[in-house]
Amino acid sequence: MTGAPPGPRTPAGAPGARGEPGAGAAPPKFAVAARAALADTGLRRGLRAGAAAVRERRSAAPEPADWEDLREAGRAIRDGALLGLDAHLEELERAVTEAGGRVHWAAGAAEARRIVTGLVRAAGAAEVVKSTSAVAREIGLNGALARAGVAVRETGFAELVAQLAEDDPEGPAPYRDRARIRELFARRLPGAAGGPPGDPAALAEAARLHLRERFLGARVAVTGANFLVAETGTVVLLESEGNARMCLTLPDTLICVAGIEKVVPAWADMEVLLQLLPRSASGAPMTPYVSSWTGVTAGDGPREFHLVLLDNGRTKALADEVGRAALRCIGCSACLDVCPVYERTGPAPYGPVRAGPIGAILTPQLRGVERAAEASLPFASTLCGACADVCPVKIDIPEVLVHLRGRVVESRRHRPVPTPELVLMRGLAWTMADPRRYEAAVRRGTRWARLMSRGGRIRRLPGLLGKWTEARDLPAPPPETFRAWWSRRHR
Amino acid sequence: MSSRDEMLRRVREALGGARGAPPEVPRRYERRLSAEDAAAGADVPALFGERVAENRAAVRHVGADELATAVAAALWGREAKQIVVPADLPFGWLAELDGVRAMADRPAIDVDALAAADGVVTGCAVAIAETGTVVLDGGPTQGRRVLTLLPAYHLCVVQAEQIVGTVPEAVGRLDPARPLTWISGPSAAYGADMPGAEGMHGPRHLEVLVVED
Repeated sequence: MTGAPPGPRTPAGAPGARGEPGAGAAPPKFAVAARAALADTGLRRGLRAGAAAVRERRSAAPEPADWEDLREAGRAIRDGALLGLDAHLEELERAVTEAGGRVHWAAGAAEARRIVTGLVRAAGAAEVVKSTSAVAREIGLNGALARAGVAVRETGFAELVAQLAEDDPEGPAPYRDRARIRELFARRLPGAAGGPPGDPAALAEAARLHLRERFLGARVAVTGANFLVAETGTVVLLESEGNARMCLTLPDTLICVAGIEKVVPAWADMEVLLQLLPRSASGAPMTPYVSSWTGVTAGDGPREFHLVLLDNGRTKALADEVGRAALRCIGCSACLDVCPVYERTGPAPYGPVRAGPIGAILTPQLRGVERAAEASLPFASTLCGACADVCPVKIDIPEVLVHLRGRVVESRRHRPVPTPELVLMRGLAWTMADPRRYEAAVRRGTRWARLMSRGGRIRRLPGLLGKWTEARDLPAPPPETFRAWWSRRHR
Repeated sequence: MSSRDEMLRRVREALGGARGAPPEVPRRYERRLSAEDAAAGADVPALFGERVAENRAAVRHVGADELATAVAAALWGREAKQIVVPADLPFGWLAELDGVRAMADRPAIDVDALAAADGVVTGCAVAIAETGTVVLDGGPTQGRRVLTLLPAYHLCVVQAEQIVGTVPEAVGRLDPARPLTWISGPSAAYGADMPGAEGMHGPRHLEVLVVED
């Protein structure tokens, strides 16, 4: 979740764990990136099964009677956290420091990588255990640590599988079924004697045994966080596997990396968020493990605690009055589970920040819309609205998508070479600004359209307009326009 | 300008006139068990027991005078030979143990010995009926967090008066300054292709004894 999302959104072998952002060539736009995923029938089967399983689990657990009231409270709590973010961050820093922790501020990804790498070096560790963290993926932390000579041991099941398979951190995550995971484990985990049989319990056991050694020997751990309570300096982390508990309990040094938007004002707010997040993530009333800690505790757990607060574009999103709603997100992934686009493409085409509908509104705001990859994300949606219906903090995702589409168009208005769409729209504006031009265009257009039609339907429009008729027919226009008919009758 | 000051400046600039005007939080949600839940569970400890079972954990209701026997029976059922306990666990809870060696966490037991232990017995700080959760805060009868993390089996003793109905009631009772662990069943590896892979890390089996007078 950041930290470990307590839920089951990605199939076991496809964590969507990308590595270094911004390295190498510019990432492709969504539609291009999605092609590989759409062609992978195994991935699509896995995603479909995953989404169906979640929907089933959710419908088996009926909503509590006060669900709407909880959502309203959750929305207001998160809004309050964002509107007073500066004061809450200062309060958080004070409380964490008083409790024996240290707070670090990272304005960008490079600074965050530098801070974490420095902390690991200072601890004299050549290896860190790491639990699932969306922020670590966003800033490309694994790559930075590897370059600094630090071995990163992923401890979440899906991340462990991806790491053992040496997946290209920039390429799409291939889907692996149990048989393929079993084969991978047999090859890569020498401890799993003879290779575990393909049932889930045996695979879990193999991972457990392999990771236990890592945990017991670990001196430094890196985790994410779900909530940072400003009032008390408390970090709250939800998870289902128990690997985060290992990370935050066993090593001497704990490094927690979190976006500044994770702040909530008061401990009492957890009474709402600890109901909203588990149910939205997995349908269960509570996630198997919820851990919280404040600084360090003598004789229990790490002796050193570092909290790295990351901006990396969040303040840009905060400055957008419509777009800032995306920062309310509590990371449940419910919007992924109901999204018809995500169900087909999986996480990879959304890039390294966040997948699914929330990624489509968060990523373009954090990274800007100058590049094609980010600019295409607000369009990677049918605007069906299922995401807004399930969002526990009532983020109106379609509204933000439409708003961001506007921003993308706006950003392209002043390019030296205008887009074909813009040329078309300018032409239309010119035509429609004058009644005679308009009538002439409609007359001519009608004649051409009727010439192109067969049996009352136009199957293909010429030129760029042809894209519109790739998937649909156009009815032929009537022989006479309304305006022509009107002027004939009232002559 | 330090990154800290720069980030705070950016936040203030981004918020502009909207800064520091938090909306009123409408708290119309239930703070106590709804009539429906209360009716379904007859009473709070019974509802708690049902929900613990739904979390794939074993649960038994016992009288205060039966506790030592129930603890011994549970450990016997797991074939536990060597267990660990917090240093301040009441001696009476373990009075009936026969053939089970209990190691107290004083001096602190090293992690290898903890990992090798067959089980751990603790109490809890608060339990939540609605969600079937036990919460440990490192207070009396609970010990360090690592005690309930490495052994293969966790037997948790819950006194009826420690059980609250809802999450808001639990949050109100707990002190966030203490390290908290909320446990709702054994861990699980979720994922479309990993049905029923339970007990990834942390104890593979959780058993709860609810003590009622």
